Amino acid sequence: MSFVDYFISALFLQAGYNSALVAVGAGLLGLSAGSAGAFIFLRKRALVSDAISHATLPGVGLAFMIMVAFGSDGRWLPGLIIGSAISSAIGLILVEWITRKTRLTEDAAIGAVLSVFFGFGIVLLTIIQTMSSGRQAGLENFLLGATAGMLISEATTIAIAGALAAGFVFLLRRPMTLVAFDPEYAATTGVNVRNIDLAMMGLALIVTVIGLKIVGLILIVALLIIPPVTARLWTNQVGKMIGISALVGGVSGYIGAVLSAAEASIPTGPIIVLVAFGFFMISALFSPLRGALASALRHHKFQRRVHRRQGLLALARREPIYDGLTLRILRRSGMIRRDGVATLRGRAASEKASRDEARWAVARRILPDDSAIERYDGLTPIEQMMTSDQIAEIDRMIAEQNGAKA
Amino acid sequence: MRQAELIAQAGKIVDVAGKDAPLTVRGLTVSYGNKPAVFSVDASIPAGSMTAIIGPNGAGKSTFLKGTLGVVPRLSGEVRIFGKPFHEARDRVAYVPQRASVDWDFPARVIDVVLMGLYGSVGLFRMWRARHRQQAMACLDRVGMADFADRQIGQLSGGQQQRVFLARALAQNAEFYLLDEPFAGVDAATERAIVTVLKDLKAEGRTVVCVHHDLSTVNEYFDRVLLINVRRIAEGPVETTFTAEHLQETYGGRLAETHINDLRLA
Repeated sequence: MSFVDYFISALFLQAGYNSALVAVGAGLLGLSAGSAGAFIFLRKRALVSDAISHATLPGVGLAFMIMVAFGSDGRWLPGLIIGSAISSAIGLILVEWITRKTRLTEDAAIGAVLSVFFGFGIVLLTIIQTMSSGRQAGLENFLLGATAGMLISEATTIAIAGALAAGFVFLLRRPMTLVAFDPEYAATTGVNVRNIDLAMMGLALIVTVIGLKIVGLILIVALLIIPPVTARLWTNQVGKMIGISALVGGVSGYIGAVLSAAEASIPTGPIIVLVAFGFFMISALFSPLRGALASALRHHKFQRRVHRRQGLLALARREPIYDGLTLRILRRSGMIRRDGVATLRGRAASEKASRDEARWAVARRILPDDSAIERYDGLTPIEQMMTSDQIAEIDRMIAEQNGAKA
Repeated sequence: MRQAELIAQAGKIVDVAGKDAPLTVRGLTVSYGNKPAVFSVDASIPAGSMTAIIGPNGAGKSTFLKGTLGVVPRLSGEVRIFGKPFHEARDRVAYVPQRASVDWDFPARVIDVVLMGLYGSVGLFRMWRARHRQQAMACLDRVGMADFADRQIGQLSGGQQQRVFLARALAQNAEFYLLDEPFAGVDAATERAIVTVLKDLKAEGRTVVCVHHDLSTVNEYFDRVLLINVRRIAEGPVETTFTAEHLQETYGGRLAETHINDLRLA
């Protein structure tokens, strides 16, 4: 079977029970990483999760050694997960403690904890390689993740834990939103900010330790961060952002696991991260809300509207126009002839533009607190911003003014 | 008898506001590091009053507010809200933090921020209903922002952001409002809108406390002042407490004598 054939059959869960279960497990892991990561990103604590993930390594090593000392082969996944959870919790507490009790800032504390724990973990792994008992082969897969040879029980554990973590995020979404947006206000409404922060970091910890086997500890931070950053490009609402983030994480985990099942020589973690990055790139370029293309297009359109308006006002005041772009825009829309003289349509449009300017000047004076004044961008036709009654009233006042002058 | 006891206990404190006053503070001290930002401040805010907390930059006005609400930890001192510790009277209090204290690029619409004010009554876990949205819209309408409900908050001007924060506090339907510099850097329309809302709150018998910067409007907007410069300088009705003497003491040389003379003082 070719790679493509296998990939397609695996994508639709036709490549055997085992790889289907691994793919579903990776998908649920991505789902929980995406939803928990959304809040970590909004709370601006992405780097803390990096410290958490690197701090798992000594726990993996020590758990292995302890299990070997008790006569097992040291590869029992729940045991390794518990060990990694304990050591990363110690890492997290250390980051908090250093930040609170010393004058060091959080980034310095993160750097210190991350490197010391990771270094210690690597030393432990090296010692383990020289041990005569236990089955140490494959332990280094916790660095970058590998789904090849994964047990069904392991995949099931990961899938269930991932689903539980995602459910927990859903339950805590409101207090976590409040704390991420405005922690001081949250505190006055009775939300325990410290506990919510701990829960948030606890979720990152859970995602990290259940993701050890699939994504690996070095790259798990990418699965916590890339999905929310991608989601932010698509929406301005926190609820939708979490949903999209969970979806991006879930689909990346699923597709990445399927790809890695089709080509077992590549570690799973990097593939999942690259798939997620693919979603990010597509979003950064093409998202209609915050994508680069849409932004450029909006800017271009806005610029043309400004030039058109300024050109029309200049025509109304009989001022000469020198700006090349303004001239081009007016010419192309049939407002002026090639020699720069206004056409009939141009004259009508310029009179309308100048009348609207006068109307807005009056409106700002007589309705200073009207929300239309605040919403006005200087370009939108006045008919779309005010009621016809308001405009009639303004016109009456302009007529009075002119009458008084005459 | 009760007052006599209190005076006997606390020495100099005269408990004008009564036992169940919206806010009673004794000896509040808050410090960042080993330098007190607020040192042993007493205050008592009577119900239905509108009090301005004034003092120079860095005098601890905002810290005083945060200290009373437990947003920053207290080093010492006692705070009573309606005669109870804050956590027991939380439902009756609404806080409006400084506009600059949050990241306005947060993915939320105006209506979402106002709905945050209803978390307390809806509970943190139940779903929103049409009734809650109507409540939030009514609060936006009070601050003149109903047309902006679906805007992303990052697109608002500073004054509009301030009004959204006020609307969120209104959604809490509290009896006691504490605002941190609601008039800082806002446009004239916003200032008018906020003052109107605050005066309405007072007319409804609610209590308002604002950290305030602009000495020229104290007379017009407030009926009481609390002057702070790390320590409490003076507290009382504007007519008797907002005096040149107290201002000189609060601001020291920083407020020139000529400037004081320009103010409409008591």
